[in-house]
Amino acid sequence: MSEAPQSPWQTAKITRIEKRTPRVTSFFFALSRPFAYRAGQHVDVRLTAPDGYQARRSYSIASAPESVTIELAIEKLDDGEVSPFFHEVAVVGDEIELRGPLGGHFVWSDSDGGPLLLVGGGSGVVPLMAMVRHRTLRKSVAPVALMFSVRVWDEVIFRDELIGLDDRRDGFDLVLTLTREAPHRPSDYSRRIDTAMVMQALARLPQPPALAFVCGSNAFVSAAAQALIDAGISADIIRTERYGV
Amino acid sequence: MVTRGFSSGRKPPAETDARIPPGQYLEQGFPVLSAGPTPRVRTEDWSFTLKHGPRPIKKWNWAEFNALPLTKMTRDIHCVTAWTKFDTAWQGMLVDDILADAGIEAPTGFLLAHGYDGYTTNVPAKDLTTGKAMVALLYEGKPITPDHGGPARLLVPHLYFWKSAKWLNGLQFTERDEPGFWELRGYHIYGDPWREQRYSGDP
Repeated sequence: MSEAPQSPWQTAKITRIEKRTPRVTSFFFALSRPFAYRAGQHVDVRLTAPDGYQARRSYSIASAPESVTIELAIEKLDDGEVSPFFHEVAVVGDEIELRGPLGGHFVWSDSDGGPLLLVGGGSGVVPLMAMVRHRTLRKSVAPVALMFSVRVWDEVIFRDELIGLDDRRDGFDLVLTLTREAPHRPSDYSRRIDTAMVMQALARLPQPPALAFVCGSNAFVSAAAQALIDAGISADIIRTERYGV
Repeated sequence: MVTRGFSSGRKPPAETDARIPPGQYLEQGFPVLSAGPTPRVRTEDWSFTLKHGPRPIKKWNWAEFNALPLTKMTRDIHCVTAWTKFDTAWQGMLVDDILADAGIEAPTGFLLAHGYDGYTTNVPAKDLTTGKAMVALLYEGKPITPDHGGPARLLVPHLYFWKSAKWLNGLQFTERDEPGFWELRGYHIYGDPWREQRYSGDP
């Protein structure tokens, strides 16, 4: 084909590393060839050994498109190959190969409007965080409810930032549910996401959602998407992103 | 570019490595990926339609479709998200047998596969015929589960697995190669894993 690759490989330098939770660390990258992207998109990362062996994985972008550096929030998988490299080897100043932005379906821009229902399980919150941050930076008035399911309080990625945004009462609502701990805030839950919880989250929006985004492990997305459908949300407006087996 | 501190400790042995396309890794599980919720299609409601453009050529219900010859295919599959799974065992109806039952040969060079969820993906006719592809009904001897695309999914194992459309309800011959769902959203028009054609414009 004569068409040039839409997103060629480039090197990106790690400029900052920030531990988010015991298992999730954010890596901030300065791109050698900056690109425009949409909230929800991902990049492919490629590691190369001296003998030429390569390992590649996809990671969602956590930063808003307005951000100069790209933030990837990477969960350490004990049997993983690329995530342990980031957690145990990578340091500020390292150069990593990546290509992006990738994916054109699990994306939202403020021009798409709202209301939005965002549903994340564990590190599935990462692409949703890009949407929430984009909404804030654009001063969008689109009502957004984020249902975020996590095992325990200490594993709530972006916890302080999300609670700070929730406290602004500007149309963003955070619904936290801890599946293995009692709730820490009166408005939160302590069980898996179910239809009743979705109905209560919907009641926080002024109108039914125009779009719903669900991201997490396959088991999480299957159960959560079904809870949305059972709460009366049309399958046509539900977009999903799944990972793991 | 060599990545500082990264070693090839996970590199598979040579005979395994030769079966893994560039940029892929070997997966033992069977990950699930889809753009939306999983449709639950009952076999009593299921049908499959073969079309040429807007014109239906033939439509089968579940019983009629199951009367077609059943073929086994055991193949390695390759997902664009970088996992490869060896020796996946499928049974279903070869696209060749479906065309034969409809009494036609491929009238154009291209097809669009259609799913119950509205998903589409384009595949050249030559990649679906001559025993290369099937409409699979069974995985490892059992009906394909809804999350893996049951009751019926397309199986085009030599292309990236997004081409193997889940919840299949039809194949449509088109005059031109018309991009489908992911092909319109930045993914490669053809998708050969051995040439690493992941995204649009990859050579």
